[in-house]
Amino acid sequence: MPENSAGTLAPPPAAKLKIKPPRLSGTLYRGREGMWSWVLHRITGVAIYFFLLVHILDTSIVRISPQAYNGVIDSYKQPIMGIGEFFLVVAIGYHALNGLRIILIDFWSVGARHQRLMFVIVILLWIVLIAGFAPEQIRTIVLEIQGHTNP
Amino acid sequence: MTTTIPAPRTPYAPPKKRRVNWEKWGWLYMRVSGVFLVVLIFGHLFVNVVAGNGVRAIDFAFVAGKWADPFWIVWDTLLLWLALIHGANGMRTITNDYAHNPMLRRLILLAILASTVVLLVLGTLVIYTFDPCPANAVAGTLPSFCPAK
Repeated sequence: MPENSAGTLAPPPAAKLKIKPPRLSGTLYRGREGMWSWVLHRITGVAIYFFLLVHILDTSIVRISPQAYNGVIDSYKQPIMGIGEFFLVVAIGYHALNGLRIILIDFWSVGARHQRLMFVIVILLWIVLIAGFAPEQIRTIVLEIQGHTNP
Repeated sequence: MTTTIPAPRTPYAPPKKRRVNWEKWGWLYMRVSGVFLVVLIFGHLFVNVVAGNGVRAIDFAFVAGKWADPFWIVWDTLLLWLALIHGANGMRTITNDYAHNPMLRRLILLAILASTVVLLVLGTLVIYTFDPCPANAVAGTLPSFCPAK
């Protein structure tokens, strides 16, 4: 600050001069929406990446023989994989919605100003997506438990 | 130490060779491919996991039926390339953030690059050399449009 600022800044009240202990959370970024959206984006991204590697390999088995491919795909029709599929869709849902939020923060002129509100909207849309998909997937898992692997 | 100081008022000469800013293009790629992937992946999930009997309907004949249509060939090719490069670039970012040992970092980056190239080639070959009516098929596994099913 220039020394000759002509006293435009009033001296801060005495109460505000108290030095607060450093905090890890509750600052502008740390422990707030900005940080947690980033953490979730990384975790879901890594999970989706490793599924993608496996998914390209399992699909490639269509090139070996129909029976080999059907055998591998049948393992996807087990109840435990139905649960995995549910969490995959949940992870993709968050990564997609928060990814669109990141794009709006970067390219929309007032995006950064509304990042916190957009995070709330992302979470709400995510809940709607999960609520829409869960009954469908529970139905699938129940049918799989009952042994309906091939309709 | 001899340092030649240019004469005052010498105009600033920009470096002759301007290098490509790969980090910038990588940053942009994540956003552009991301928008496409939202459409491609949710379309893929709806058709394969939600619509009809969901995942229980998927078998060789299901895939053959989809790839009989050029629309799904283009869809799946775009999905393969955009998603795998998007994922690999994300893993590269995470590696650069956390792998502090330079040797380990280089090794992980090399592994990401190698697996990405191998899977892109493999996946592309699978889509474009796919035979919906192979001779080695067991009875009852082929799609309805094959001469011998």
